[in-house]
Amino acid sequence: MANPSYVTLGQRILAGLDKALTTVMASPPYRWSQGILRRAGVTGRTLVIAVPWVWLLIFFLIPFIIVFKISFAETRWLGSPPYAPIWEWVEGHALHVKITFANYLFLLSDSLYVQAFLSSLKVASVSTILCLLLGYPMAYGIARADPSWRNTLLLLVILPFWTSFLLRVYAWMGLLNNHGVINQFLMWTGIIDEPIVMLQTDFAMYIGIVYSYLPFMILPLYSNLEKHDPTLLEAAVDLGCRPFRAFLSITLPLSKPGIIAGSMLVFIPAVGEFVIPRLLGGTDSLMIGRVLWDEYFLNRNWPVASAVAIALLLLLVIPIVIFQRYQLQEASGEQQR
Amino acid sequence: MAARPDEGTAPWLDPKAQPYIRIENVTKKFGEFVAVDDVTLNVYRGEIFCLLGGSGCGKTTLLRMLAGFERPTSGRIFIDGVPMEGVPPYERPVNMMFQSYALFPHMTVEQNVAFGLKQEKLPRDEIRDRVAEMLSIVKLNGLEKRKPHQLSGGQRQRVALARSLVKRPKLLLLDEPLGALDKKLREHTQFELVNIQERLGVTFIVVTHDQEEAMTLASRIGVMNQGSIVQVGTPHDIYEFPNSRFVAEFIGNVNMFEGRIVEDEPDHVTIDSPDLGGVIYVGHGVSTAPDAIVWAAIRPEKMVLSREQPPGEYNRASGIIKEIAYMGDLSIYIVQLDSGRRVRVTKPNTYRHAENELTWDERVWVSWDESSSVVVTE
Repeated sequence: MANPSYVTLGQRILAGLDKALTTVMASPPYRWSQGILRRAGVTGRTLVIAVPWVWLLIFFLIPFIIVFKISFAETRWLGSPPYAPIWEWVEGHALHVKITFANYLFLLSDSLYVQAFLSSLKVASVSTILCLLLGYPMAYGIARADPSWRNTLLLLVILPFWTSFLLRVYAWMGLLNNHGVINQFLMWTGIIDEPIVMLQTDFAMYIGIVYSYLPFMILPLYSNLEKHDPTLLEAAVDLGCRPFRAFLSITLPLSKPGIIAGSMLVFIPAVGEFVIPRLLGGTDSLMIGRVLWDEYFLNRNWPVASAVAIALLLLLVIPIVIFQRYQLQEASGEQQR
Repeated sequence: MAARPDEGTAPWLDPKAQPYIRIENVTKKFGEFVAVDDVTLNVYRGEIFCLLGGSGCGKTTLLRMLAGFERPTSGRIFIDGVPMEGVPPYERPVNMMFQSYALFPHMTVEQNVAFGLKQEKLPRDEIRDRVAEMLSIVKLNGLEKRKPHQLSGGQRQRVALARSLVKRPKLLLLDEPLGALDKKLREHTQFELVNIQERLGVTFIVVTHDQEEAMTLASRIGVMNQGSIVQVGTPHDIYEFPNSRFVAEFIGNVNMFEGRIVEDEPDHVTIDSPDLGGVIYVGHGVSTAPDAIVWAAIRPEKMVLSREQPPGEYNRASGIIKEIAYMGDLSIYIVQLDSGRRVRVTKPNTYRHAENELTWDERVWVSWDESSSVVVTE
């Protein structure tokens, strides 16, 4: 790789895995067990590669298939499980298959779901943009900071993760409510006479989402910006470019992979976010994660809830596929020598 | 390779010539560390001036001050008579070719070269014409749409050169311009660089640690050591008449004999050198105190090896050949003198089959002409 700024997140993870693999393969227990396995016709490499596959199979693919199956079942209001079986043996010899698309059609027919999807996308998009606007200068600042300070600054970014996520959201409730720290302070200084209602509003929800996901924006951006060659900016300035224009025409385009990676990491979980809108957002805030929860636990309508989940998944898979293709193009462009 | 010494190409010898770049008592300190120490230097229009020195000698800092990336702690810099104090890099009539080339990886060759012209807000047509012209000068036609990572090292170097020349700077700064190229390509590129410089008439200041590069490119060389310029002169001056032990040893190989001046006449000096195990006769006067400790420097190619004792009583010593290195065009002999000193002698391999060739452990005489040695006092 001639230019490290183009090394993608995926390539870095692969490089890490590769290193781990080499270490494992050099260890005596590994070689010993490999001898046994080879006699059984299984190579160690297959076995190691199988581990993530097995993990994904058990914890992702099988649950997905179950949910996928339920989304095509009919709702059964009484009894357990609360959906009709898709296939049944009728009188012991005929297989009776009942598949319905009613759950998906129901999503389209009731404007509540479409609105929830749209508002989730809106909230996630706005949050991503806010995270980008806040996170980019922070990542840039850390990347340009004195090397002896960088690790400390990065640690400060990661530090909130050491506290439970829920606890941090509750802390925000304490800060934002009518008798909370912020209102009390503002009233004490005399700026306001009555508390500002902040909790249970969109404002509070955005604060919560941006606060929680900001590190996911900063870290990939930092890892990109940190590898930028400062002489490129000197070259731009030398060629008659003012420093801010140099940033716009050199640093910004070169940090595109970092911007995309960070935006994905914020956008995807933010779409399905459930806890923050529930705790900080207003009762009227309509997020798909919340609809999913209500459908599942309040309405006990599992098939519709499953259909919502599948639709959400498709909604998120599309941008991921686009992102992957982009990264692949970037990587193959790099290899053309 | 270097600019031909035609009439008028040696403005530094003309007392009335106005220097194009004037560096006056420039000092640069980083904290307590003095990177550049009171440098005064004149460079004339159309020169290829090489700043030569080891790493950390301050040559790059001096270059960065010319480009405007660093500010002198004291002293002034003039380019074409204009003081450069407070002029930011993007407003200086100076461009730089970076050691790493610093090509913009997300832009094509064409976009890289056009970048500087776009900053000047020139009309689109003019930019296109000038970029095309410059790319043909550096022979990169047909590669306009390539990205830097699709180019070879030599091609990248030419893109960097084109990008820095297309703005028609008054002064081009080159930081180790050939450092990243392999040997064959370097020699070829040196020719090209000098040709382009002659064609465009731009003044070049080149920073290099490679004396060979400096010798072949430069009209004049400034040798730097510990932040100061220790000698300025043409490659010939620097090689044949070094003014100090440092310069003599830094440029090429040299045999250095320590000794004490015995006879100090206006037309010659004799030096008694226990280092050599004999007396050195130098065919020119040296202005120094009698009995002073001096060093006589003799280049390996100016020494002669012979089996028979050479005539005369000076400038000779006997020893044993300890090592021979066959280099193809010449051979290097390491001779251990009876004084214990080892000297290096080179001899061109004029004949393909040489009979009765000198060989290992043979007793030989080393000698040189009285005009071949240079006396340095520090």
